[in-house]
Amino acid sequence: MNFVLPIFPEILLLALGVLILILDPFVKRDEARRPFLGWFTAAGLLVALTLSLLLARPAEPALVYGGMIRFDGLGFLFKMFFLFAAAVTALFFMDEEKLARRAEAYLLLVAATLGMSLMASAADLVMLYLSIETASIPLYVLAGFMKEDDKSIEAGFKYMLFGAMASAVLLYGFSLAYGFTGETGLYALALHFGDFNLLAAGVTFLVLAGLAFKVSAFPFHFWAPDVYQGAPTPVAGFLSTASKAAGFAVLMRLFTAVFPAVNADWSLILAILATLTMTVGNLIALAQKNVKRLLAYSSISHAGYALIGVVAFSQLGMTSVAFYLIAYVLTNLLAFGVVAIVGRVTGSDEFSAYNGLSRRNAPLALAMLVAFLSLAGMPPFVGFIAKFYVFLAAVNSNWVWLAFVGVLNSIVGLYYYLNVLKYVYLFRMEGEDEEKHPVPVSRPVAAAVVVLAVGILLLGTLFGPWFGFAEQAAATLF
Amino acid sequence: MIPLTYYLVLSAILFTMGALGVLIRRNALVIFMSVELMLNAANLAFVAFARQYNAFSGQLFVFFVMTVAAAEVAVGLALIVAIFRVKHNIDVDQMSSLKG
Repeated sequence: MNFVLPIFPEILLLALGVLILILDPFVKRDEARRPFLGWFTAAGLLVALTLSLLLARPAEPALVYGGMIRFDGLGFLFKMFFLFAAAVTALFFMDEEKLARRAEAYLLLVAATLGMSLMASAADLVMLYLSIETASIPLYVLAGFMKEDDKSIEAGFKYMLFGAMASAVLLYGFSLAYGFTGETGLYALALHFGDFNLLAAGVTFLVLAGLAFKVSAFPFHFWAPDVYQGAPTPVAGFLSTASKAAGFAVLMRLFTAVFPAVNADWSLILAILATLTMTVGNLIALAQKNVKRLLAYSSISHAGYALIGVVAFSQLGMTSVAFYLIAYVLTNLLAFGVVAIVGRVTGSDEFSAYNGLSRRNAPLALAMLVAFLSLAGMPPFVGFIAKFYVFLAAVNSNWVWLAFVGVLNSIVGLYYYLNVLKYVYLFRMEGEDEEKHPVPVSRPVAAAVVVLAVGILLLGTLFGPWFGFAEQAAATLF
Repeated sequence: MIPLTYYLVLSAILFTMGALGVLIRRNALVIFMSVELMLNAANLAFVAFARQYNAFSGQLFVFFVMTVAAAEVAVGLALIVAIFRVKHNIDVDQMSSLKG
């Protein structure tokens, strides 16, 4: 039994994927039975989450399977969040007609989650490369899933092209790292890495470029707005949250395991990247008129905030990144969920589609208020606590100017988040009675929205235990 | 025996050619081939290093990379076919319906 524990969540995910395929022909004939697939996927993911929490919690950090996987708290925390995010996304899928009817969509979602789970605990270059590709390839297909819609197809194609190029760059970095050390295990590699300063710098540059694409950090962020806008909205939500968090999990592990051997200059380069990522994301977001593009640029700037915690490079720093990602996953899933509902009813993602939303569906408008204020970092929502700890970690590690840049950027962010809420709460539909244009919300989506909104409030007020989990997880990295 | 450096220089040239191809060429299929060239540059480096160290781990890596590359091509070609059906064109400059 001990032998399967490190990949217990992944085994359950694989079983779930196979079950979805087996079930598909049985529900295909009957139109009324189609929603069953979505409920089944969401329930299956939640069962996998519960079982893993009960049975497969890691004790001491240990390298297993010949050094391929590190069974530790950080990987486990991320896995649990990927399972949760995938369950919520499956519920959002049920509202999107083209996705809800196809078992393939759910299967691809589960496969991508499987890849991300392995990313979070991979401790070998081979495993790392394979898990990154396992997570990415299903997401390329999902982004281009609506094959009659030229925007979706274009988004899928652009994502695949940039993704394939980024992974080729990453792989070239891996090949050089292997060449200079003769090792593929991350922790074994770290022992030799310091000997080759110039070469190690080249390798770090290539690997950093590949990962910057994954987390959409400057200057590899340009794909994000196009892909998020064109992809089906629930898929964009999953891309911007779970996929980005998986990239950060890899970044945190690499930075604590391998890069300390290089030298301190990398912190400075990363600090500059964080500054540019935040600033570019926020400034371009100011000019947007489309909510999905706005959220894409906001998600770029959030990658910048999370990078601050990585730069701080202390235990508090890593804890704050983990907590920041938890907060961000909850908040951004809710934001994209609301956008998906409004987009389906109005057929548009422009700001003007949100006129009078507070009168058309008050609870939905409230959920949007919660999500956007949390993104902006307002108390009592979780976004505030997350930002606070990231900035605190930066100040504690003597990166005061970086924390200062972060605070200034949050103020810019506040403007464009409130600007959208202005359409929701203050503007009216022109010459129409809003009561006659309600925005209906289906049952699975309502359940997902309520869970996420409650989560944002809960983590924002009673953050102590959750921060404790992140702290325990981050401690296993060092 | 051919020295390691020769392989590494060839691999660097292949990688640069691939990267330039992705950045300069406009035909989706050619861009795709350029990406494959980049992957194979990495493969060549892996195999050369594996011979140098007399270790199998590098050769093993190449097998996995080839498998993944095949999967990526399958998805990529499917997307290119889908794009061609909608736009009757695979020129990446024509793919500009997403902007803002």
